[in-house]
Amino acid sequence: MKIRLNGRTIECRSSRLTGLVREMGLAPSSVVAEVNLEVVTQEKWESTWIKDGDEIELLSFVGGG
Amino acid sequence: MAKNDNDVLVLGGKSFTNRLLTGTGKFSSRSLISPMLEASGSQMITVALRRVDMGSKDENILTFIPDTVTLLPNTSGARTAKEAIRIARIARESGCGNFIKIEVITDMQYLLPDNQETLKATEVLAKEGFVVLPYMMPDITFARQLHDAGAAAVMPLGSPIGTNLGLEMKSMIKRIIEISSLPVVVDAGIGRPSQAAQAMEMGADAVLVNTAIATSADPVRAGKAFGMAVAAGRMAYLADMADEQDFAEASSPLTGFLRS
Amino acid sequence: MSFMDQVIAWEEFDFKDFFEKVTTRDVQRSLHRDILAFRDLLHLLSPCAQDFLEPMAQKARLLTRQYFGRTIGLYAPLYISDYCVNQCTYCGFNAHTRFARTKLTLDQIDQEAEAIAKTGIRHILVLTGEAPARTPMSYLTDAVRILKKYFSSIGLEIFPMDEADYRILVAAGADSLTVYQEVYDRKIYKQVHPGGKKADYAYRLLTPERGAQAGFRAVNIGALFGLGNPMAEAFMAGLHARYLEQTYPDVEVSLSLPRMTKAEGATAFCHSFPDISFVQCMLAWRLFMPRLGITISTRESAAFRDRLVHLGATRYSAGSRTDVGGYARNLEDSTVQFAVTDARSVDQITRMIRKSGFQPVFKDWESVI
Repeated sequence: MKIRLNGRTIECRSSRLTGLVREMGLAPSSVVAEVNLEVVTQEKWESTWIKDGDEIELLSFVGGG
Repeated sequence: MAKNDNDVLVLGGKSFTNRLLTGTGKFSSRSLISPMLEASGSQMITVALRRVDMGSKDENILTFIPDTVTLLPNTSGARTAKEAIRIARIARESGCGNFIKIEVITDMQYLLPDNQETLKATEVLAKEGFVVLPYMMPDITFARQLHDAGAAAVMPLGSPIGTNLGLEMKSMIKRIIEISSLPVVVDAGIGRPSQAAQAMEMGADAVLVNTAIATSADPVRAGKAFGMAVAAGRMAYLADMADEQDFAEASSPLTGFLRS
Repeated sequence: MSFMDQVIAWEEFDFKDFFEKVTTRDVQRSLHRDILAFRDLLHLLSPCAQDFLEPMAQKARLLTRQYFGRTIGLYAPLYISDYCVNQCTYCGFNAHTRFARTKLTLDQIDQEAEAIAKTGIRHILVLTGEAPARTPMSYLTDAVRILKKYFSSIGLEIFPMDEADYRILVAAGADSLTVYQEVYDRKIYKQVHPGGKKADYAYRLLTPERGAQAGFRAVNIGALFGLGNPMAEAFMAGLHARYLEQTYPDVEVSLSLPRMTKAEGATAFCHSFPDISFVQCMLAWRLFMPRLGITISTRESAAFRDRLVHLGATRYSAGSRTDVGGYARNLEDSTVQFAVTDARSVDQITRMIRKSGFQPVFKDWESVI
């Protein structure tokens, strides 16, 4: 299925958020996820199913002043 | 009227005994953050939120910050109030607490804040229960508007971000300190401990320093120097030092008639 | 927090004790400060500060020039009615004083206005006693409309009103409001205002704020010096002015220093307020609030007013008559509210101001709509 991830359209193979984070090669502890403008906390990733056309943002805290 | 001996800065219901706010940007190694915090005594530090680099195995920056330090997520990267609001909500949802530094920048050349958008974001976020610290152009009327919008403090810039120019906006900041019932945190442009001390002597409630500490050859030492400077400036303010005297005393041409 | 809370908070404060303990060093430090706090104002009002009047005057002159330039604004008072229901024990217009009360007709107001306007004056201050039944809203708005023909700025020094009434007068064309607290000390206030609506201290205290909220662009306050401890009164008036300046940043705030004169003395006043204290108070206010307007009336003598031009004053009344109908008719038996001691004409005062190196300003404001 096709989703928009961080502003880009990609083909997503994972069916749940946990899988997507893994698929992107990210350390889960550093990622903040937003699905269709709703923040999804890490404990809900496993139960969050990805649908075609979802807008997903994967963010992380970084250094900043 | 005596100044309080138990000198704390209260923001969002939290008491801070240290008045240096630090930032996590631009460090050569993130492992320097924790020793820098310890050396400076800083009790609040800014972090930013960005889209991840796909494939990055970087550890969460939050793991480098001790639990005792209050996180101040900023909305850097936001160009509109809407974006700033969205970033603030994400930061809170992801467990960073309810402090937020609003930073809306549309001027990419000098990185100066957009006061109009900042005000809109402040209004919305204050109503949602955030402790809002807006980064602002030093403007007295705007400081009043931020107060009315529910800001917890105002953060006028000393000079443009990263310039190390110090208190270029001194006279405006002085006026804001004079009229503001909110704490005034001087943010941006503070390049040397002496400039931080000067801001505190003037009556600023706190100073935020990031670049000058992070980009020095020894950020831990630099952090310590800033911590000491802020404390010294604060103490001088509380000690109510006499101002510089800028005119000599004359004989009595204006008031002599009262004695004759 | 309204200003009433501040008045109550300062009632605990022992002014006498504080003033006595002020040292030379305290005064020097406060004198050289860039931004003065409440405590600095207290230092400058202390007896010790009388030794520093000259440096205070030098700084006051610099600050006044910096913010106002070398100018003095001119205005004239116009008494349109001396009916009064108040029982202020110190006032010549008090309800118990028996004299033939007068109220100008609208035609007479027009004649007075014409006579004043001929002198060049463009800022007028309208005064009445407190008698709403005699001078109802319709009369006041009519008066304002007539004066609008002759003057660019219309100030009101009338009885305190609700905000809604002030809005009506602002809409009619009035733009500034003068109201003196008379005395900030609540105990004395009660003694000297035994009855009538004026006995309500808080209502009067909050009048300038209601005016600011109603849209007056300028508010002029003050204490009647002689009623209370002068320096404590000067402090409270300064505090009040700063409160207004900070709470209503769009309003121009001015202070006056009316001194009690013999003409009023229905009862003897208890505190003397000599020239030296008058000057000290003015200078302290100027240092405390560099942008403050300071208004000097013709209660003060010509010689004294000549000096005050250099000491921070920004506005003078000129050619004043303090009796109803005094400009056009020159009634012989009219009753004055206070005796004018500077009886010079507008021309003479203008010349004095010019000679002192200042520019007399007849008009510094006019509404664009």
